[in-house]
Amino acid sequence: MSNEQIAQDLVAQFGEERIYGITENYGLLNVTTTTETIVPLMHYLYQHPTFKFQFLTDLAGIHFPQMPSHEFGVIYHLHSLENNVRLIVKLYVPREDIAVPTLTGLYACANWMEREAFDFYGITFTGHPKMERILNMEDMDYHPMRKEYPLEDATREDKIDALFGR
Amino acid sequence: MAEIALVSNPYVGLVKTQKNKKYVNDLTTLNLCPTHPATHGIFQNILTMDGETIIDAEQTIGYIHRAFEKIAERRPFYQLTTLTDRMNYCSSPINNMGWHLTVEKLLGIEVPKRAQYIRVIMMELARIADHLICNSILAVDTGALTGFLYVMQWREHIYEIYEEMCGARLTTNMGRFGGMERDLSKEAIRKINILLDDFPKGLLEFESLVKRNRIFMDRTQNVGVISTERALNYGFTGPNLRATGVDYDVRAMNPYSSYEDFEFEVPVGTKGDTYDRFLVRGEEMWQSLSIIKQALQNLPEGAFHADAPHYYLPEKQQVYGNMEALIYHFKIIMGEIDAPVGEVYQSVEGGNGELGFYLVSDGGRTPYRLKYRRPSFIYYQAFPEMIVGTTLSDAIVTLSSLNVIAGELDA
Amino acid sequence: MSDRIIKTVDAPSGLEGQGFFAGKLDDFVGLARANSLWPLPFATSCCGIEFMATAGSHYDISRFGSERMSFSARQADILMVMGTIAKKMAPVLKQVYLQMAEPRWVLSVGACACSGGIFDTYSVLQGIDRIIPVDVYVPGCPPRPEQILDGFMQIQEIAKSEQRRRRESDEYKALLGSYGIE
Repeated sequence: MSNEQIAQDLVAQFGEERIYGITENYGLLNVTTTTETIVPLMHYLYQHPTFKFQFLTDLAGIHFPQMPSHEFGVIYHLHSLENNVRLIVKLYVPREDIAVPTLTGLYACANWMEREAFDFYGITFTGHPKMERILNMEDMDYHPMRKEYPLEDATREDKIDALFGR
Repeated sequence: MAEIALVSNPYVGLVKTQKNKKYVNDLTTLNLCPTHPATHGIFQNILTMDGETIIDAEQTIGYIHRAFEKIAERRPFYQLTTLTDRMNYCSSPINNMGWHLTVEKLLGIEVPKRAQYIRVIMMELARIADHLICNSILAVDTGALTGFLYVMQWREHIYEIYEEMCGARLTTNMGRFGGMERDLSKEAIRKINILLDDFPKGLLEFESLVKRNRIFMDRTQNVGVISTERALNYGFTGPNLRATGVDYDVRAMNPYSSYEDFEFEVPVGTKGDTYDRFLVRGEEMWQSLSIIKQALQNLPEGAFHADAPHYYLPEKQQVYGNMEALIYHFKIIMGEIDAPVGEVYQSVEGGNGELGFYLVSDGGRTPYRLKYRRPSFIYYQAFPEMIVGTTLSDAIVTLSSLNVIAGELDA
Repeated sequence: MSDRIIKTVDAPSGLEGQGFFAGKLDDFVGLARANSLWPLPFATSCCGIEFMATAGSHYDISRFGSERMSFSARQADILMVMGTIAKKMAPVLKQVYLQMAEPRWVLSVGACACSGGIFDTYSVLQGIDRIIPVDVYVPGCPPRPEQILDGFMQIQEIAKSEQRRRRESDEYKALLGSYGIE
């Protein structure tokens, strides 16, 4: 079960408009897909008789401010324990339409991972049972991991920025 | 009162009946709050209880959110090793080595065999340290305080070996890109040999106090059970998953840093309860001891770091005498050497499970995005499902056996 | 047994006679307080593990009088804050401090508790002295157990030499007032 086989199978099943950007990074297959395809794709990979991608290792958000149509991304890391193959599925949404369907129906671990992506980037997951912040305080009004916000707390008064080279 | 989310809960029918009987006021809300002594780390559990039985649980985390991922976007690669120490602080060398392996994969550096064996020794010592804490604190939560005090002595021995290697006891910042910062000294080898001779007796002593103890077994068997399907669905890895019967160990499945040269067994449980998790961790400590012994016996000769002058700091003697070394030193510290563009995912077997690093680099001196796949964050979601229907004391014991480390939970 | 040196606490200055010892009350109260401090270990992160090593048998904090770790704030004398305090945790810390009864001391262990440490970020409180008054700071990341014991011994010095009526003085009330504590 090689990376080419997986890529060909997915393109044959879903079509080239919906599975694109197929690359191999350091041995790991990456595919990019759209918001409409992600849930059917995950179900297909879960129930596939040979591939059996039934383990969601991780879910990461990412922000590319220099690409307005592909500004926010969600990156899913899948793992097939029986075949020892990993797969990365990426999904990009623009800032105006920053909603992605949820995977909590299929993977229970996606619950907190999606809340974390929402907390850091503001990506909303439609259908999530509890779309709230998880790591930051509830009354925080911005999404801190976006590239436009600084690391340091702007209201602190005990650190002199000039001495730190900022 | 906080919102309660009733999630796949066998007591739903009971609540309805109680509502009809106007007994709804009898449900207590118990706040197992961040500063509870029995929760090892600060995370909050709000339990809804009917007498002594738990009906529902809801969690709030983030009390030690230190924004690791945001810091990672502002610091050069070599400074991030200190950050990775502070995630799972009971076994810092494993985190450090995981980060080094990720960056070495990105940069294409090949680490010599001797350095890989030294890394394996340090990682296995860290695994022993982590499991010692988890098992002894589990015993403390059932009331057995003596085991913990015995075990802290052995952790002091392991700390001394870390000090020989890198200078620090707990947050080690061990290793460099391309290998280690110094060779395994004679004193370190002597101390590891003493540990290999004496520690088995100490571990047997601890196990004899607790492992076949009637009270401990009654408190931990059939408590906090999770089935294999639910565990896989929740993304469990590490000893928690192996206790349910799945033998997924990153060291065996995707070997890194010469783990394929060593012979070790992956212990697996049957029922997925607390006692199985305790036994799996205990057995892993014996396997780690055997790996350390094999690594020390077969330690190959050679360099302890790769020949990568662009990324590995030259020796101080050279910097003071040699022009090239001075230039490399300057370029590395001032960050003038850029990393290649690319995306890398590397995972190692941490004390709690698969610790993954997803690094996106855009060619600058700091990462563009670094996501840590933290096992504690992922399996702590399953905690309500494991304790609904049990008593409060069972919930405490289950929480201890999961080994949730707050630094890793919140990052 | 005869060549073992057993150190006992020095007796305070006073008048000694057959069956009695007369001295200042402040000295005796200070002696009793300093050698029986019950800590509340508010351990949040890595420094908490070093505290566990301090409480273990190698470094043994109980020979300084802290045999019993009190997790209930009402029964504790000294609040040892060990580890990073995030802004989300700050109200919890303040509430625990308010629950303690006078006389109380605060020991801030570790760089994160003293000043935010290496985490100069939007979510970390840059030092617990933003919200509660601190008596002794122990720097380090994490500090060695010997350093924590050194800080503890300094708290013992403060407790021994403190005036009994310090907690009712105007200066102390002004200090608490500056933190918003009544």
